Amino acid sequence: MSVPENLSYTAEHEWLDSTSGTANVGITLYAADALGDVVFVKLPDVGSTITAGQVCGELESTKSLSDLYAPVTGKVIEANQLAVDNPALINQDPYGAGWLFKVEISSVGDLLTAQQYQAQIS
Amino acid sequence: MQTPLHNQHLELKAQLTDFAGWQMPLKYGSETTEHCTVRSDVGLFDLSHMGEIYVSGSQAVDFLNYALISDISKVNIGKAKYTMICNANGGVIDDLVVYRIAESEFLVVANAANTTVVNNELKYRATDFDVNVIDRSLDTGLIALQGPQAKTHVAKFIPVEILDKLKNYSCVQIELVGIPVLLARTGYTGEDGFEIFTSVDKVAEIWKVFIKEHIAPIGLAARDTLRLEAGMPLYGHELNLEITPIHAGLSRVVAFDKSDFVGKSALTELSKKIDRKLIGIELETRRIARAGFSLVVSNGTVVGQVTSGAFSPSLGKSIAMAYLDANVDIGTSKISVDIRGNIEPAKVVSLPFYRREA
Repeated sequence: MSVPENLSYTAEHEWLDSTSGTANVGITLYAADALGDVVFVKLPDVGSTITAGQVCGELESTKSLSDLYAPVTGKVIEANQLAVDNPALINQDPYGAGWLFKVEISSVGDLLTAQQYQAQIS
Repeated sequence: MQTPLHNQHLELKAQLTDFAGWQMPLKYGSETTEHCTVRSDVGLFDLSHMGEIYVSGSQAVDFLNYALISDISKVNIGKAKYTMICNANGGVIDDLVVYRIAESEFLVVANAANTTVVNNELKYRATDFDVNVIDRSLDTGLIALQGPQAKTHVAKFIPVEILDKLKNYSCVQIELVGIPVLLARTGYTGEDGFEIFTSVDKVAEIWKVFIKEHIAPIGLAARDTLRLEAGMPLYGHELNLEITPIHAGLSRVVAFDKSDFVGKSALTELSKKIDRKLIGIELETRRIARAGFSLVVSNGTVVGQVTSGAFSPSLGKSIAMAYLDANVDIGTSKISVDIRGNIEPAKVVSLPFYRREA
């Protein structure tokens, strides 16, 4: 399973697309496939502060419940309401329309490169 | 154990799961898509893990009337009946479908996890009857075609006049692509459909015929959400040894007027004082109310327990079946489900959640 080169990753299968101090966050295709069809998403509230490495939301699939971990510390500035209303987007397009939230980065946690993440899931 | 279709599942890149000791396909792609395919079109299931126990002999009817809770004498040749085998306390050992193949020959289909128990119990109860009880599960392959287009596809291989006559809960011994099968108009999805019993070494041939017709294979994940929407109980969830058919809202399956059968006196007593009942609920949240979660009322008192829950693809809602204490008035009580500490409001609805258009 290929992993987009331009993104950063967490060991808990979130991806991070950061440019100029803000970042979009989602879960990887590998995670989406392993979860099964996602039916419920709880995202951090817009305006709240999340802490790198801490639980900041949850994803419930037909099979199980999984925690969502914050890849960075910062303030949440946008949540993808389309994914909340239609969580199938997360399975269909995890790196695109199925993104989860946008955060203003104050500090970065332990992130993996695409190569490192690829090695983890291989 | 592996079903005779194991290689087919590998070729179709199924995600396999252990189910009652069998390696079964959980899904081949998206379980939600598989569910919707069965509701709108047709899907193909491998059910070769199920138990097939044959009962024959001059006293087959009397024996089954004693061993099972329904009136088997009313099941005509070529007909099928949903029934159960209970213990003396009325607890459900298994729920079954019984097919009358000939005057004195019946096929009893048991759940995979219970086949051995049912076979042993039937043999034990058969002591004083002139009958043979034979477990042929490992010699039998079973597939199902389910969905509104099931008949269209089966009609490519079986004369449509025969299918027109094969009403719901009927069965016929016939050849399909030259292979002897028992073709039954039964299923576990709430859709029209067929179940096809054949020998273990021929079932792959029939499976491939339907795969060639581009019928989508469907895994156990979708089978579970399909039966839940259809309000059908699953053994180990809505039914077990501690639950009677009365509790499960299935009193209609019990033939109280039969002379004697195992569980009769206990079930007769119980039907007078019922302490809990099976209900359907719809939740406001999309979170899933999973088996074992508690039903609570507004003061926090636990009043029941979820037995099966899923996000319903057909309704676009989180649904569940649950046992509710009988003293709770569903007309006036506000019921919620405790989902890991989140108290999620629920609405009691009548079962089934989904009913196909006639």
